[in-house]
Amino acid sequence: MSKAFNVSRQNGFTTIAITCFVLLYLPIILLVVYSFNSGTSVAIWEGFSWRWYQSAWQNDQVQEATVRSLIIALWASAISTTCAVLAALATTRTRKFKGQAAVFAMINQPLMVPEIVTAVALLIFFAMIKVATGYTGLAYLIVAHSAFCIPFAYLPIRARLQGMDLSLEQAAADLYATPFKVFRRITLPQLWPGILAGAMLAFVISLDDVVITEFVKSAGQDTLPTYMLGQLRRVVTPEVNAISTVLFGISVTFVIAFTVLGKIKN
Amino acid sequence: MADLSSAAETRASRRRWLLLAPALFILVFAAAGPLLITLLYSFLTPGDYGGVEWQASWQAWFNVVMERDIFDDTLGWSDAHLSIFWRSVKLSLMTTVLCLFFGFPTAYFIATRPKKQRDLWMLLIIIPFWTNLLIRTFAVVELIRAEGTVNTLLIWLGIIDTPIQMLFTEFSILLGMVYVYLPLMVLPLYASMERLDFSLVEAGYDLYATRLKVLRRVILPLVKPGVIAGSILVFVPSLGAYVTPRVMGGGNQLMIGNLIELQFGQGRNWPLGAALSITLLAIVMVALMAYVRAAGNQEPHRV
Repeated sequence: MSKAFNVSRQNGFTTIAITCFVLLYLPIILLVVYSFNSGTSVAIWEGFSWRWYQSAWQNDQVQEATVRSLIIALWASAISTTCAVLAALATTRTRKFKGQAAVFAMINQPLMVPEIVTAVALLIFFAMIKVATGYTGLAYLIVAHSAFCIPFAYLPIRARLQGMDLSLEQAAADLYATPFKVFRRITLPQLWPGILAGAMLAFVISLDDVVITEFVKSAGQDTLPTYMLGQLRRVVTPEVNAISTVLFGISVTFVIAFTVLGKIKN
Repeated sequence: MADLSSAAETRASRRRWLLLAPALFILVFAAAGPLLITLLYSFLTPGDYGGVEWQASWQAWFNVVMERDIFDDTLGWSDAHLSIFWRSVKLSLMTTVLCLFFGFPTAYFIATRPKKQRDLWMLLIIIPFWTNLLIRTFAVVELIRAEGTVNTLLIWLGIIDTPIQMLFTEFSILLGMVYVYLPLMVLPLYASMERLDFSLVEAGYDLYATRLKVLRRVILPLVKPGVIAGSILVFVPSLGAYVTPRVMGGGNQLMIGNLIELQFGQGRNWPLGAALSITLLAIVMVALMAYVRAAGNQEPHRV
């Protein structure tokens, strides 16, 4: 026998796995490569240029949509993270309490209900409010995004809290620190990697949302993803590739930062 | 003493609900509450220009699967709706099976790498998972559309003369959904395979089992929770998919999500849209409950 018997080997599994990785990345790599194409084709390479990045940058609609996306994502991430920190403090390191199952069901609800159903429900509800108040601003989108970002912000913060050592907080309480002081001086400094991770997750989830935004937005309130969805109906130029590449770059940066944050030990 | 501890208990409980209040308020206001209003809307009469008339009616629920013939007023099954339901279920099941076919070996491959390499391979799965679904769908569109990469390559090679129509078919929706939901299958599968005890696999080989037999009788039963979790995680969003069938199907090949949207756009039948949404929600809840029961049954058998 030339090769030792390997117990973990299964015939064909490695081939399928490698095929899988290639197929997973091939479309994305082509998308990125052709965003630098000087021609209008996404299949024939005509030379390197920044042309499509420049045209996207100078496009007023893209500029407005970008700013709108960032405003919504920043607000939604701030609101959902604040709510998630408070909720995590209330639900971790405590004995089972009455209504616990209902609270968890409520927090995880946006993960279970199909996005299209939430989108339609919000369309109906916000239409009622719009008629009643006449207000049609960005607040609807911010509130809607905050709601579905809460579970994403909650999970890493809760995981961090559960892994924390209680003895420091007990020592501070023994030294007559008020509960608020214990939180600010002991809990918060240990919790920040979790909070940052939760806030980043919420930010990306909000930035990427298509379905709920598409149904909740009023006229002229396109975000970057809904603008792109609208463009896909027309003739597609590599300008969409350029926008996609930038968004993809943001996602990759955040994933890597998120992974690094998760590795920080107490 | 008893009074003191119960007073402390009350204080702790009040503090807990105060801390939970902001999160619960937003979730009731912009997630759970609107679902109840949707349920209410499904029992109302459609308005002429969208919206509703405040008049109770069963019509919307009736219209989910039935319709009245416009000429002779006879009752019949709504073929259009039933074919869309069938397509949604069929494509979601096929997506789940294909994701399992590709995802299982991939998760197994990662779980059997040296410990230091595993995180890096998993990062390669997590990056697409975190990338905008629209971008990933669009990347596949560029690959398969008439003037896309695949067709251009095939024409250049002289294999075909005219582009193959791949986009706007059921095949393209399936391809797109498998592509975007594959990471959802690999993540839970990997989680259960990482803890796989290979001494059990070795014991199987010691007892003269073939590789296939070890896979079927040892590995598969041990990672079954991961298989179930992954299948649910893929099936549920596939059934409610909206973006992928819209972009890939081009308006010809509707799924439930697109049928719902139609009622709020050109269809101008909000109650029917609401009834369809609640139907979709109910199917998803049944699938999730089946999963919880299956996962619960798994526990006692664990070693």
